[in-house]
Amino acid sequence: MSAATPTIETADGAVLRVAGVSKSFGTLQVLNDITFTVARGETVCVVGPSGSGKSTLLRCINWLERPDSGRIFLELEQVGMTAGGFLMRDKELSLMRTRIGMVFQHFALWPHLTVLQNVMEAPLHVQGRPKAQVREEAEALLARVGLSDKIDAYPARLSGGQKQRVGIARALATKPALILFDEPTSALDPELVGEVLTVMRDLAHEGMTMVVVTHEMSFAREAAGHVIFMDRGAIVETGRPEEFFRAPSTDRARQFLLRYASTPGQGGENAARQEHRS
Amino acid sequence: MIHDFGVVWAERSLMLNGLLNTLILSVLSAFAALVLGALLAMLLTHKTKAPVVVARGFVDLMRCTPFLLFAYIVYYGLPSLGIKFDNWSAGLVALIIYNTAYMAEILRGAAAAQPPEPAEAGIAFGFTGFGLYRRIVLPPLLLAAGPVVGNQVIQIVKDSAFLTIIALPELTHAASSIQSRHYVPFAAFISAVILYWLLCLLVETGVSAVGRMADARR
Repeated sequence: MSAATPTIETADGAVLRVAGVSKSFGTLQVLNDITFTVARGETVCVVGPSGSGKSTLLRCINWLERPDSGRIFLELEQVGMTAGGFLMRDKELSLMRTRIGMVFQHFALWPHLTVLQNVMEAPLHVQGRPKAQVREEAEALLARVGLSDKIDAYPARLSGGQKQRVGIARALATKPALILFDEPTSALDPELVGEVLTVMRDLAHEGMTMVVVTHEMSFAREAAGHVIFMDRGAIVETGRPEEFFRAPSTDRARQFLLRYASTPGQGGENAARQEHRS
Repeated sequence: MIHDFGVVWAERSLMLNGLLNTLILSVLSAFAALVLGALLAMLLTHKTKAPVVVARGFVDLMRCTPFLLFAYIVYYGLPSLGIKFDNWSAGLVALIIYNTAYMAEILRGAAAAQPPEPAEAGIAFGFTGFGLYRRIVLPPLLLAAGPVVGNQVIQIVKDSAFLTIIALPELTHAASSIQSRHYVPFAAFISAVILYWLLCLLVETGVSAVGRMADARR
């Protein structure tokens, strides 16, 4: 860890602080001195071209990837490091991770468990909460994402949109302070994107704190408190969505947004999604 | 010829005792080999190098050793190192250790074909170490590997016949005793083959049950 990490203000309201995080894979630097804050109840959308480090950034926040330098604070507690400055043990890191939900691009549901069991698994077996209560909450969460009729189905029997809604219910089940969304609609057929975005929009309006890596500019425009534009591993521009989308202040952001603006609406976003997937 | 089968029938208690021993040996060793194999597969797929090298060495050694020879080593060889077994325990231990290697290799192969995301989600949701393996990683492996594990169980049933050479009173040993006592080789051995075949049918039934569970999940 670098000794020259910036001072972290301890103002109330911040759920997540990322301070000077850098990460390299071999000689390739994928994250370069990333710093940002997410307020409680805020949705931050991270946008940018493919390969700009967005997913790696999310994976560093819950330490699926260990940052090379910089610090990450969840509600003033440092992720991955103890107060004494040592690496967290598995057990401590596990506790931190239950406070950070994650929704994956390719759903990553557990194939051997039913929908209900997928949602109950971490609360039961990581958090060790009582089964009756966990079950009741899981059923309520699945009702909230519109899947009450699928609780006994296995993930393989669901459409992509249904799988991702299970993914969201699973992320909510541990009652996290923050949910990370890693391109949650990028693997979906275009006609299934809407049902997932609707659930995410509702969550944003209900005050869930979220960091969303996405290519859905319409979602970012209406749900984000802040938009972070990344390119080549660095934050190029940060702004409120109404400003960022109307008048981006950097050339790179302008060029990026032009690709979406040239073919407005679904078509443009789908084109970007296709391009990203390939 | 009918008369020969009559002789075998008269000795049915000996035959059934052999069948029972084969059944107990197979069930115990299949179960233990699968459990130990799952643990060994955890080492085979470990992200650090040392456990992989050790586990890989053991697996390759077992897979290149004829089972008959291995049974000789356990029963006749180990006592010279001070480890003594009766023939029943020696046979069981030989079957378990030998097949643990195969089960581990089967599960490792299944693991290589699994998508990495579900395990990663397990880590992201706070699972660690053995809990991650047992609850998140292993169950899909067992479902995927069901038919191959079934094959290996059939192999165990058949390999247990080798244990007749250490005088373990299993099915082949029983058939052999009946034929030498009454000189009815064809009837005695065919009867044993039919009983082995019935055991394999049982295994097949188990495999299709696992197959149905797997199909519901893919």
